Amino acid sequence: MKKSQILDLVKILESHDIGEIEVSRWGQKIRITKNLSGNAQNVVHVKESLLSNKPPHFVELAGIAEEHKPAPNEENDGGTEIKSPIVGTYYQSPAPDAEPYVKAGDRIAIGQPLCIIEAMKIMNVIESEVSGKLVKILANNAQAVEYNQTLFLIDPAG
Amino acid sequence: MIEKILIANRGEIALRIIRACKELGIPTVAVYSTADSLSLHVRFADEAVCIGPANSQSSYLKQSQIISAAEVTNADAIHPGYGFLAENPDFAQMCLDNEIVFIGPSASVIKRMGDKAEARATMKKAGVPVIPGSEDVIADVKTARKAATAIGYPVILKAVAGGGGRGMRIVREESQLEEAFSTAREEARTAFGNSSMYMEKLIEKARHIEVQIMGDNFGNIAFLGERECSIQRRHQKLIEESPSPAVTEDLREKFGKIAIRAAKAVNYSSAGTVEFLMDKHRNIYFMEMNTRIQVEHPVTEMVTGFDLLKEQINIANGLKLPRWLRKFRLRGHSIECRINAEDPYKNFLPSPGKITAFHAPGGPGTRMDTHVYAGYEIPSNYDSLLGKLITHGKDREEAIARMERALDETIIEGVATSIPFHKAIIKDPAFRAGDFHIDFLKDFKF
Repeated sequence: MKKSQILDLVKILESHDIGEIEVSRWGQKIRITKNLSGNAQNVVHVKESLLSNKPPHFVELAGIAEEHKPAPNEENDGGTEIKSPIVGTYYQSPAPDAEPYVKAGDRIAIGQPLCIIEAMKIMNVIESEVSGKLVKILANNAQAVEYNQTLFLIDPAG
Repeated sequence: MIEKILIANRGEIALRIIRACKELGIPTVAVYSTADSLSLHVRFADEAVCIGPANSQSSYLKQSQIISAAEVTNADAIHPGYGFLAENPDFAQMCLDNEIVFIGPSASVIKRMGDKAEARATMKKAGVPVIPGSEDVIADVKTARKAATAIGYPVILKAVAGGGGRGMRIVREESQLEEAFSTAREEARTAFGNSSMYMEKLIEKARHIEVQIMGDNFGNIAFLGERECSIQRRHQKLIEESPSPAVTEDLREKFGKIAIRAAKAVNYSSAGTVEFLMDKHRNIYFMEMNTRIQVEHPVTEMVTGFDLLKEQINIANGLKLPRWLRKFRLRGHSIECRINAEDPYKNFLPSPGKITAFHAPGGPGTRMDTHVYAGYEIPSNYDSLLGKLITHGKDREEAIARMERALDETIIEGVATSIPFHKAIIKDPAFRAGDFHIDFLKDFKF
């Protein structure tokens, strides 16, 4: 959407007694909201997809039959990668107001729950397949994740 | 109105669906396995979600992953393409249960016509002529023997859940029956997860003629002409054309009436194909109905000037079929060659690998529907279709001349392709005369 078009929408919002405009065209959507207290503060929300186009995964095409699990956890300079086995929404805690399952620096045991991935209204608890120190968490709470997406880095030597 | 479409497929048909969506201004979501991360449909879609490893069972056939991908991207419709989940009634139902529009007929229609034995019974009841065959599923060799004697040899055993030419065995005499029955069952079990069989009379030297129909959600059915698909190798179509050189105006009218009757009998909606066999006496027999968009849909698009994929989306959006469709005329002639990554000089051995050079043909009346490009690595996990080369001309002669030219212009290097085989068929005098039937390639000298 062009800048001039966005400014036009903002002008319409400011000069009329409306709180919100949403315009959708050719797959792009833009929503402009006026601050409810009446200030001329305009917050522009551009509706984006939850997943950005990710760079392709370079996976070797072997003739070997693959299992249902993601590619074997690779060594990374940070540690072993724990990847998502399913498409869904990543949640860091068992419930919205609960403490996250893990945080960076934690010692992780095999079988320890790391996160929840919600798919089709089912909460799937993802358990760690390795033990070690949790180096980094690579997903954000309520983020959409895809198959084979790296979620955690665990250093088995840590 | 549908706001975003997820394409539950891959390869050339995924690209075809994306093209229709783009023209309608609808954003697209591609799903892909790890083997397809560099595929064209992933690049052309607005968004892409990796749904599993290379093997289809864990990716393109994994219903939960696909629905999940639709959820996280807020896609409100899914186009299943052909193959994979396109004719899976459970998947169509799952879409419905998750408030996702399934672009195709309803789950119950898919189920009804997907069971080939039940489809025959439904058609018979609707007064559609069917190939003489077994009334029920054949449970064992004893029943098979009885049925074959009643129908009269030669017979053909077919899988109830079958498609794509698999799970079929021809039986010419009783001594062959037992072995044919058990191997066919085994093939059906592995390919479709269902070993149930039925039996039909084998109509020899028949022509495979199918009719394209399109139904909206208001009970209107349009007849979009027939396609001749007799050029088959091991029950796999290699060359298709529209109209059929063997169908006269009168016959066409007959085909149209029967196909519409068949579609209305099951309250059909969206795109569908009614397949017939026509024997040498020009008797028409219902064989099966395919409740999906088909590989060879382009030849119908070329002779009707009608975009079948866009129409499927329009119908899913609740629009009625355009009025002009009720009185269309077939315009000219169109031929399609299915180009596979197979080596015709080595008994059609599959030839996966990297495409090192690629050049698509051009010029008047030439269309290439393909997902391959120079540098593309063909995965070994899926079918060998590289692309479809389609030509159109003012008559059959011109369509053939254009196909010959276009095949010569096409460059695909790095892998073996079926192009030399197509060239040989296009040059064949019997093919040029339109004088062939479904066993044509069996006796074809290459």
